[in-house]
Amino acid sequence: MTRAEIAQTVLETLAEIAPEVDPSEVASDVDLRDQLDIDSMDFLNFVIALHERLDVDIPERDYPQLGTLDAIVDYVVRSSPQPDQRPR
Amino acid sequence: MSAGTLIEWQKQPGDSVQRGDIIAVVHTDKADVEVETFTAGVLEELLVEPGTKVPVGTPLALIREAGAPAPAAPAPSAPAAAPGRLLISPSARHLAEELGVDPGTVRGTGPGGRIQRKDVEAAARPPTPAPARAAPGPPAAPPAEERGAAMRRAIAAAMARSKREIPHFYLGTTVDMSNAVRWLAEENLRRDVPDRLLHGVLFVKTVALALREFPEVNATWRDEEVVPGGGVHVGIAVSLRGGGLVAPAIHDTDTLTLDELMRAFRELTSRARAGSLRSSELSDPTITVTSIGERGVESMYGVIFPPQVAIVGFGKVVERPWISEGQILPCPVVTATVSADHRVTDGHRAGLFLAAIDRLLQAPEEL
Repeated sequence: MTRAEIAQTVLETLAEIAPEVDPSEVASDVDLRDQLDIDSMDFLNFVIALHERLDVDIPERDYPQLGTLDAIVDYVVRSSPQPDQRPR
Repeated sequence: MSAGTLIEWQKQPGDSVQRGDIIAVVHTDKADVEVETFTAGVLEELLVEPGTKVPVGTPLALIREAGAPAPAAPAPSAPAAAPGRLLISPSARHLAEELGVDPGTVRGTGPGGRIQRKDVEAAARPPTPAPARAAPGPPAAPPAEERGAAMRRAIAAAMARSKREIPHFYLGTTVDMSNAVRWLAEENLRRDVPDRLLHGVLFVKTVALALREFPEVNATWRDEEVVPGGGVHVGIAVSLRGGGLVAPAIHDTDTLTLDELMRAFRELTSRARAGSLRSSELSDPTITVTSIGERGVESMYGVIFPPQVAIVGFGKVVERPWISEGQILPCPVVTATVSADHRVTDGHRAGLFLAAIDRLLQAPEEL
């Protein structure tokens, strides 16, 4: 997946967790917990959804690395088992 | 929650129903509530039309119990009229107390001038232009803004009643969370992502187990008497998006494993935020647990949800200096609090209750 596709998936997942969120208004470099009204249950559901959609297993100790949309995309890119970087 | 509007029937006359079946959906100020039946049998007659607003306790349908001959056995009835010089139903009297309305000033529109709930509501309502009459058709959920206002009114009524009627007292203690934090981190490391646990589950389970030792705080206060809870049904305070909260019960909390409790917690939170709760979840809590530590709050002293007699609060788990065996060490701690009804219990017993929660949190592997 490209970064843009990962970002799109992350935003879609966030919108499911917090339906009032307008994905187009999420700033990519601002902490999501400050932008959105999400708590630990929402965050756990978010991590579970990313696990299911992107096949990425995020250990609890890495949660602090998932502050912003940019950081989440970076993390998913780094954690992908075999990122497909072949030219399309 | 004092009244609700029937949204839809999910069963029709002639349908068989089992105990626990959802037969209708009712819209209240706090949520859309799925109404369960507590009787198995055949649904014989629907007594309320969709779109009708009725007081809590109003019979909605007649169910012929399994094995019983026709005609239908009577459904649970609305509260009977209270004796006295003033003609007012107990339900309306109660509502008047909640809203601070003097029944003597209310004009009754029921038979013989009897004061009904709608009369009390009208008396409490500030004079405003009459709303436009809704077009005929199936009832629709009110807009979010209106629902938010209704939610605030419901919370205002319950909390004002609580502070007016319940002599609260408040206790707090600092709990060493070293064992719990360490155990939870190790446990979650070996678990698949969907099976991970949250701190909140440990808090809820320890409260549920402590209630076995202190049943007087697992109760309700009704008609000047303590009514013991019929089980440990911990209400979980769930904040809603855009404001407001509900505190539905997880039934038989003390008997659930941590895995079962976590699944129930996730599911309940999801349904609460989607506005889809069951009637028993709203009526059955025997105590409430609340935690707003995630917003940085270190301690919170809640207002009791009547007719419950206690609410337990947990703050943020924070690292603090802690003296152990003569050494100052960094230690994760949480402030656990209880707000309790002094008519029902006292500081000594409530303090022991908090101590039991502390003790249980020291052995998370045994929860």
